Amino acid sequence: MIAIVDYGAGNLVSVKKALDWLGEESAITSDPARVSDAAKIVLPGVGHFASTSALRSSGLQDAISHAIERGVPFLGICVGMQWMFQRSQESAETPGLALFHGECERFPASVKSPHVGWNSLRLSQSSRLLRGIGESPFVYFTHSFRAPIVETTTACCDYGGSFSAAVERDNLFGVQFHPEKSGEVGLQLLRNFCEL
Amino acid sequence: MLTKRIIACLDVDNGRVVKGVQFENLRDAGDPAELSKAHSESGADEIVLLDISAAHQRRATLLDTVRRAAAKLFIPFTVGGGIRTLEDAAAVFSAGADKISINSAALANPGLIPSIAERFGSQAVVVAIDAKRIGKGSWEAFTHGGRTPSGRDALEWARDAESRGAGEILLTSMDRDGTAAGFDCELTKTIADSVRIPVIASGGAGGAQHFVEVFHEGHADAALAASIFHYGFTRLLDLKKELGAQGIPVRWPC
Repeated sequence: MIAIVDYGAGNLVSVKKALDWLGEESAITSDPARVSDAAKIVLPGVGHFASTSALRSSGLQDAISHAIERGVPFLGICVGMQWMFQRSQESAETPGLALFHGECERFPASVKSPHVGWNSLRLSQSSRLLRGIGESPFVYFTHSFRAPIVETTTACCDYGGSFSAAVERDNLFGVQFHPEKSGEVGLQLLRNFCEL
Repeated sequence: MLTKRIIACLDVDNGRVVKGVQFENLRDAGDPAELSKAHSESGADEIVLLDISAAHQRRATLLDTVRRAAAKLFIPFTVGGGIRTLEDAAAVFSAGADKISINSAALANPGLIPSIAERFGSQAVVVAIDAKRIGKGSWEAFTHGGRTPSGRDALEWARDAESRGAGEILLTSMDRDGTAAGFDCELTKTIADSVRIPVIASGGAGGAQHFVEVFHEGHADAALAASIFHYGFTRLLDLKKELGAQGIPVRWPC
């Protein structure tokens, strides 16, 4: 069972719908015990970085951290990926999980923000998550903050400068874009995650 | 490079698509679920479903329609028409919409914008503005399908909507809507240059050149077309190929 973590922010139906389409058993849950039992964990996220503080207070963060230590595949989407970094300028007082190094920052004033729409990826190194999606596929973004490029960045995107569109290390996966809204490319990526 | 979005719009009346377009191999051309999937497969970057039913018919069928369409749709999906409260919006989101579009209700109660944005995020709130020219470089926002003047300047309202938490503006030119004379690039540019959120141009598309103009001159981030197949293209993809050839960044292949 794939746990889709519900921490009271945004709309989780789209991710569930995509996993249903792929024939994967999944459940939207805010119960730390169910997250602990899950074979895989997806943390979707649209909304404010500060809303991730609910993960800490509800015990979900501990459940996620322990699962990650046991090697359970974890996929953070959008704010869910940003939460895997150390912190975000969006909410300086809310710490991230610090699985990846660096701080998420606002887009420069030279471009419209949020960054909304289909943009292309530049795949920078081999990735289990991004297998079979072509060399510069288009995916759907909607976000106002972005994560820095780090050693484990597997895909970059350019909008007012380059930023991390996907990161990956061992059982940890993060994507800034929305695979559940990125057509066939996104479904392939989710299929790759399900097949890990 | 961030591409310009081509958005297909379905007008739905009591669960059926009106002014629907003909797809080959479609069992039911009036079914919003089948049509939105067909649009997605033919290259639409996003789907907008606009419910134009009379109010008393609306609740029963809309959520079912949204649920059926959303189950097969893996591109952004916006639903508008008759959303008046946070509860209305919540029901549409749980049926599978990614964004809601609000127009008359937002003008009547601008507090609706932050109340939906705080719960579902700004990216999920599209404020639709029906703008009618009232003077040189000046447009008024209209409500109720363009029948009722709101008394508010369209530009001022767009800025206000942005400051309240709107994630995108869906801007329809009442003067051009249905004319096939081209988008109102002056209106689009006026709004698009004055807000930081994306502006979707709507109303007046009659050919590929009109899309080129509204992206180049109107500074639109996206363009919406209700009846793209009436523009002499058999597939939406052909429009995107043509735009690509003219230097507009589009998602192609997709």
